[in-house]
Amino acid sequence: MRHIISILMENEAGALSRVAGLFSARGYNIESLTVAPTEDASLSRLTLVTRGSDEIIEQIIKQLNKLVDVVKLLDLTEGPHIERELMLIKVMAESPLQREEIKRLADIFRGNIIDVNEVCYTIELTGDVQKLDAFIDTLKQADILETVRSGITGIARGPKSLNL
Amino acid sequence: MELTGADILVRFLQDEGVDHLFGYPGGAVLHIYDALYRQEQVKHVLVRHEQAATHAADAYARSTGKPGVVLVTSGPGATNAVTGIATAYMDSIPMVVITGQVNSALIGNDAFQEVDSVGITRPCVKHNFLVKDVRDLAITMKKAFYIATTGRPGPVVVDIPKDVTAERTDYVFPKKVTMRSYNPVVKGHGGQIRKAVNMMLSAKRPLFYTGGGVVQGNAAKGLTELAHRLGFPVTNTSMGLGGFPATDQQFVGMLGMHGTYEANMSVSHCDLLIAIGARFDDRVTGKIEKFAPSARIIHVDIDPASISKNVKVDVPIVGDVNTVLKVMVKELEQSERKPDGEALASWWQQIEEWRARDCLKYDTTSERIKPQYVIETLHKVTKGDAYVTSDVGQHQMWAAQFYKFDKPRRWINSGGLGTMGFGLPAAMGVQFAHPKATVACITGEGSIQMNIQELSTCLQYNLPLKIICLNNGFLGMVRQWQEFFYEERYSHSYMESLPDFVKLAEAYGHIGMQIERPEDVEGALKEAFKHKDRLVFMNFLTDPKENVYPMVPAGAGLDEMILI
Ligand SMILES: Cc1cc2nc3c(=O)[nH]c(=O)nc-3n(C[C@H](O)[C@H](O)[C@H](O)COP(=O)(O)OP(=O)(O)OC[C@H]3O[C@@H](n4cnc5c(N)ncnc54)[C@H](O)[C@@H]3O)c2cc1C
Ligand SMILES: Cc1ncc(C[n+]2csc(CCOP(=O)(O)OP(=O)(O)O)c2C)c(N)n1
Ligand SMILES: [Mg+2]
Repeated sequence: MRHIISILMENEAGALSRVAGLFSARGYNIESLTVAPTEDASLSRLTLVTRGSDEIIEQIIKQLNKLVDVVKLLDLTEGPHIERELMLIKVMAESPLQREEIKRLADIFRGNIIDVNEVCYTIELTGDVQKLDAFIDTLKQADILETVRSGITGIARGPKSLNL
Repeated sequence: MELTGADILVRFLQDEGVDHLFGYPGGAVLHIYDALYRQEQVKHVLVRHEQAATHAADAYARSTGKPGVVLVTSGPGATNAVTGIATAYMDSIPMVVITGQVNSALIGNDAFQEVDSVGITRPCVKHNFLVKDVRDLAITMKKAFYIATTGRPGPVVVDIPKDVTAERTDYVFPKKVTMRSYNPVVKGHGGQIRKAVNMMLSAKRPLFYTGGGVVQGNAAKGLTELAHRLGFPVTNTSMGLGGFPATDQQFVGMLGMHGTYEANMSVSHCDLLIAIGARFDDRVTGKIEKFAPSARIIHVDIDPASISKNVKVDVPIVGDVNTVLKVMVKELEQSERKPDGEALASWWQQIEEWRARDCLKYDTTSERIKPQYVIETLHKVTKGDAYVTSDVGQHQMWAAQFYKFDKPRRWINSGGLGTMGFGLPAAMGVQFAHPKATVACITGEGSIQMNIQELSTCLQYNLPLKIICLNNGFLGMVRQWQEFFYEERYSHSYMESLPDFVKLAEAYGHIGMQIERPEDVEGALKEAFKHKDRLVFMNFLTDPKENVYPMVPAGAGLDEMILI
């Protein structure tokens, strides 16, 4: 099963490499990993997407908790939650027809065109993985110049929150 | 008072109560060595190789319960220490390793003797630190000791750039430290403990399976009391030996790959397995599906990650063994129920039948010295009261099987990493910690050569160790596997061109003895132990064909032992 694990860590040099190192040393897979400081500068928040059987996920959570820099963590997939990913995608847009078609698609997906020139558009799109994948699928493969995805971040629904 | 980083470090070690520091100097730690020179409280032990410093400190910790402390220089000093750090990590031993680092400004520049010590050691430490500011030095050291010694113990590395040891700041000893991200659990869950005790009282074929956690957690007394009250059989992992008296009738021996027939059969047939401070290592379980197939399992461990890692357990109890065992004893006292005496009697009858198989017997009429006989005689000559360190190989297993450890912290060996070269430096660490004690190092001609340079350290500090080299002329454990599983193709397991160990010992300033016949073994051992103030290297020429039995082949179930 796919799990989204949200982690509060001490904002120390090397904290990220402890998490990455743990996953590679123990052969767990990481589908995506995002990290940034929080409103409390001494803490980083890390969101990690992984897959595994219940036993493996249990070990992953125990091993993460064992890292001295980990202050607290939450398996978001255990309850209702929201997940979001940001994508920036650069697509060919030369002919007027092509430009119109891409604009229309971006609108349907509630994307924003954030850079425009004679040859291409850059679109910003947020959503869950399925939505971003679906958008890519609707575009012609040959038209895509570049995609950048941030990796998943997420938060629990309702008042439940991960903080100190 | 303003002090330099180097003086702060040494003052901190004094204030923390560190009496021995095992180390080796070099450029990046020269300020620290200068600070050491100007004091006497912390005794520095100069080894001959940094690996030996880590093993000595590790064994100091294993034999005392206090953390071992190491000081090495940057680059090669740090990399040489890695094997010893990993050894301590695998066996959960508290240790603080201080590594020098190049000047902060040079970090990342491929500077002279620079390695990323924090990066290299990350996978084999409990935690590590790079100290970037002298003002963080004392508190970081405090955290290092706190982390190393609490919860599941382990090695912690503190990497200190040279400039930090020169800068000055005020020093106050940090008496206490708290960390919001690190709060190990000590007390076990009351409800779970009660449930466990009830299961014990209902069990028909119970078995205690206890490990290194009992030894490291100072819980041997508690375990012995609980086991005696219940009358249950006890088996130990190799790391757990001494956690329950080996000469006690309730002891069924070590379990696992080279465990006794009775221990492994008991595991295979028990209906309740009570695992205490043991981690279900693959050398212990054999084929997982066949491990304790009819048992419900209780597991007491301080590390939640140890629980249900390899084997799914029914009653997990996270907590310190000593604390949990005390509560269990109390619960038992208060309970009106008694263990099922009738069921236990027939369980014991079954176990005695297995015991009668006499799985550790060996040929006592041979013309050649049998290694088992040397260990048995060593036990007799030292009255079972020596500290015994070991290297890795067949000799290690014979030591585990034949030296009956009645007390905890007496059996010092590298179990998890299986590090050849551990034995001699470990014996040094033990002797420093217990200057008056009898310390024997059981080794093989292969292993001893991995840190033989330490014979020089032993002379410098007058360490009267007794080295028992079971010289079978083979990398015996490798040879045994090749005999059993590779149709006797002895690929590179023969130790050709061995040194003359007697002359070698003498060249290092010690006494060397060579023993070739079984009838000379006891006399030679007695003579060696008479030399109270000299190191004696005893080279026993043992039967090269002898194998360790029983043996559970890799991938087999515990009840599928190869027996003699
Ligand atoms: C050649 C060779 C052959 C071997 N053959 C065998 C064999 O036949 N049988 C055998 O048993 N071993 C054997 N070993 C050793 C084996 O590899 C393991 O090292 C050993 O089995 C592990 O012992 P343990 O389970 O007691 O765990 P340890 O490594 O000692 O771990 C201790 C456990 O206790 C926990 N703990 C620590 N402190 C506390 C505390 N205060 N409170 C609660 N819990 C605590 C820890 O979290 C950990 O889970 C062999 C090794 C070698 C090199
Ligand atoms: C550093 C290291 N290298 C290799 C091994 C693999 N190994 C395990 S036992 C063994 C043979 C040990 O030979 P010896 O010390 O003579 O002991 P014996 O088995 O003959 O008693 C070897 C090579 C190891 N455990 N450690
Ligand atoms: Mg040998």
